Parts: sequence; structure tokens; C-alpha cells
Amino acid sequence: MTTALARLLIFPGLLFAVPAAWFFLWVERKAVALMQGRIGPPFMQPFYDFVKLLGKGTPTRSGVSGLLMKAWPLIAMSSAAGAVGLLPVLPSSGGFQGDLILLLALMEVPSMCIIAAGFSSRSIFGEIGSAREAVLNVSYNIVFLLAILSIAASQHTFSLEALAQLPATPLRWLGVLALLVCLPAKLHLNPFSLPNAEQEIYSGPMTEYAGPELAMWELSHGLEWVAATGLVATLAAPHVTIWWLAAIIFVALSFAIVLLLSAVASATARLAIDTTVRFYWQCTIIFAVLAISSALFMRLRS
Amino acid sequence: MNLWNKLMCYCRRRSPWLFHLNSGSCNGCDIELVAALAPRYDAEQLGVRLEGSPRHADILVITGPVTHNAVGAIRTVYSQVLGPKAVVAIGSCPATTNVFIDSRTLDGPLEKHIPVDVFVPGCPPRPDAIILGVAKAAEILAERAGKNLPIESVMIPISECACADNAEPASSEVQL
Repeated sequence: MTTALARLLIFPGLLFAVPAAWFFLWVERKAVALMQGRIGPPFMQPFYDFVKLLGKGTPTRSGVSGLLMKAWPLIAMSSAAGAVGLLPVLPSSGGFQGDLILLLALMEVPSMCIIAAGFSSRSIFGEIGSAREAVLNVSYNIVFLLAILSIAASQHTFSLEALAQLPATPLRWLGVLALLVCLPAKLHLNPFSLPNAEQEIYSGPMTEYAGPELAMWELSHGLEWVAATGLVATLAAPHVTIWWLAAIIFVALSFAIVLLLSAVASATARLAIDTTVRFYWQCTIIFAVLAISSALFMRLRS
Repeated sequence: MNLWNKLMCYCRRRSPWLFHLNSGSCNGCDIELVAALAPRYDAEQLGVRLEGSPRHADILVITGPVTHNAVGAIRTVYSQVLGPKAVVAIGSCPATTNVFIDSRTLDGPLEKHIPVDVFVPGCPPRPDAIILGVAKAAEILAERAGKNLPIESVMIPISECACADNAEPASSEVQL
């Protein structure tokens, strides 16, 4: 019980996740700045932004849509935090052990909230952004879910704890690779930064948000970073029994993935929506289908 | 002033988010504003971010001599920016309507319509003068936090904006 609580509240839960979210947001901005030959924002910048946004006003909205608009960022933030808390970083911590399906569901909630938020804001840019996010969601999620499914099928388990402890097979690496291809779309990074394409639709679903609500969105985006990179990091990390070594490996791997994604983001330009859909449905899906079919085939043979 | 207010002032000074509004500008100042964010001057070191939506912004950056068509947009966008907010007028046009003075298509200068905090004169001003203006506006925002101070316009002195060739570029090591 206490270990489960500690996991949810301390590591890798809230106490670790919130500073880590700010740190990853900073790393992303700094990496993009360095690749563009700039110096970039100071280390505490995401924290400054967060506190400043808390001190700003919000527009008065009435009725159900006003309430909903207040609720979406909170739901997104708390479910992203919950997803981070579920990651099996520390070996055999006991207590409540969620499985892969719960983790995936929690990681899906923020993007659902973004879609809903754009539509309930009634802004034309918000609606376009939400429609784009929905299309993007349908395209990358097929690959994302197939990759997860192939990993689970090849290792005969949906339990996160067991997956973290089992030795990695070549099939698992294929799955991790497919997950990595989906991460830029999941985090709205540059080749697939369609929902928040600033030059086309202003801030997309976030257009009407301001002040503390926007701060919650920023935080939930940071937590999504931690959860998504953390999922790949736990699947790719070797199993160690010493808890502090496991934590260090987890943080280092997540950091490396953040650097990789930021480098890709600053080196590429935004694709059009049809190109993006084609990329996921025509090119990437082949690998995902290959992974899942070989996983099922191996399962039948054994 | 308690600790939370102090922290808020500190953060407001370090995180000015801009919304850029063109009120009939010739694009000269707009280019200089973009240059201020580009690698050579790199305003992001001060936490400056150009936002897509006025709802997100702290500082409204306005260029241009305020045409009749732009007046409605300026009023709308100004009311869409949520408080505490500041306005920076970039270039000589919003301050005086510049060479377009007495034109029948204009309804300037900008101060007729909304209160302006910082004027950055120049035609166009240099990027370092624009950064100075934005930093000044961020300072004003931090000072105004919690207090209802009246708006007093500040003029960035022309010596900061003139074609100062000895001005050090903010980030780059390249010396031309």
C-alpha cells in the first residue's frame, strides 16, 4: 500500500513527474534553439511560464461549455500524471500494478481532451485543430496499438511489471522502433505538428485558452512527454534489481529519447495532413503488421 | 509584498509572450520583429515567445500607422488579451503616423484608441531596440502586478534605436 502510494506520489509519480515535465519542455526548446544556432531559453523557463500563467486572468464563460472548458485541462493533466505514476521503473515495488491496457488508456485521455476542448471552445481555429488532432489520432494509433500488442503477444503478458523484467527479444525491439515512430505525432512534434500549426491555425485547440487553464495544458503536455518517453524507456531498459540504478537508467534513456525527438523536430518541416495520414497508413503500418503477425506466428508455434 | 507576489513579479519579468498585430504597416517593422527572434538576436533568451493567439499573450506588439480598417481589429484584439497586459508600439508609425500623416485612410496615432506602454521609435527600429522595448514592457508588467498603477507611456530613447554600429549582437559570435 505504502509502496504503491509512494510510486504514485514520489517516483515516478507527481513529485518526480512535474519537475521532469518542465525539464523535458526546456530540453526540447533548448535543443531546437541550439540546432538553429541560438542560445535558447534559460533553464527555469517552463517554470517561469507556468507561474506567470497562473497569475493571468481567464475570460468569463457561461453555461455548460464554460464548465467543460475548465474541466478538460484538469482531466488531461491528471490522467497524464496517472500514466506516469504507472510506469514500472523501480523493480518489484508491489502494491497496485496497472497493466499495459490501463497505461495506454490513460495516455490516450489527454489527446481526447484536446479534441473535445477545441470543439467546445467554438473557435473556428480550435475546431480545425481538433479535426486535425482526431485524424492524426486515428492514423498513428493504429501503428501505436499494433506495436504495443505485438510486444505483449511476443512476451505472453500484458502486465507492465512482467514486461519490464523479461529480457528483450528482437521482436520487442521492432515494437519499440514502431513506438518511436509514433511519438512525434503523439507529442505534436514537428513533422506531425498539425493540430497546433501556428502559421496556419494559430494555436489550434488551445486558441481560446488563457491563464491557469493554459498552464494546466502546458503541464499536461509536459507530463505526456514524460509518460510517452518513459514508456519507451522502460520497454528498452535492461532489467536491473538495484533501485537507484534502475531510476538512473530510466531518466537517462528518457533524456536521450527527448534529445532524439527534438533533433528530428528541428530538422524537419511540417507535413500536410494527407501526407501524414499516408505516412502512417501506408509506410509505417507495414512494420507494425509485420511485428504483430510474426508475434502471433511465434505464439502459435510455441 | 508576500512571497507569492514576489515570485509572480520575478516570473512575469522573465516570461513575456508576444502577440503581433499589424495595423497597416509597410512590413519593415514586422521583419525587424522577426529578426529579433531569429538566431542573431535570439530574444528567447529573455523568455520571449511569439504566440499565435492573443489569449495567450502578455504583451501586444503593434506595428503600422493604424488604418481605418485596422481600428476595429486593434480594439478587439486588445480586449482579447487578458490582464495584466502591456502594449508595445513598434516603429514611428504607431507613435506619430510618420510619413503617412494627414492621410485620409488613417485613424492614427495608436494612442487615440488604446493605452500604449512602450514606444520604440525608428523607421524601422533595430532588433536590439525592439528587444529593449519588450524587456521594458515586461518590467512594467512585473511592477504593475497586484497594484492598479495608471499607465504611463515610456519612450525607448532614440540613441538606443539609431543605427548603432557598435551595438553588440545578443548571441552570435560572428563579427561583421
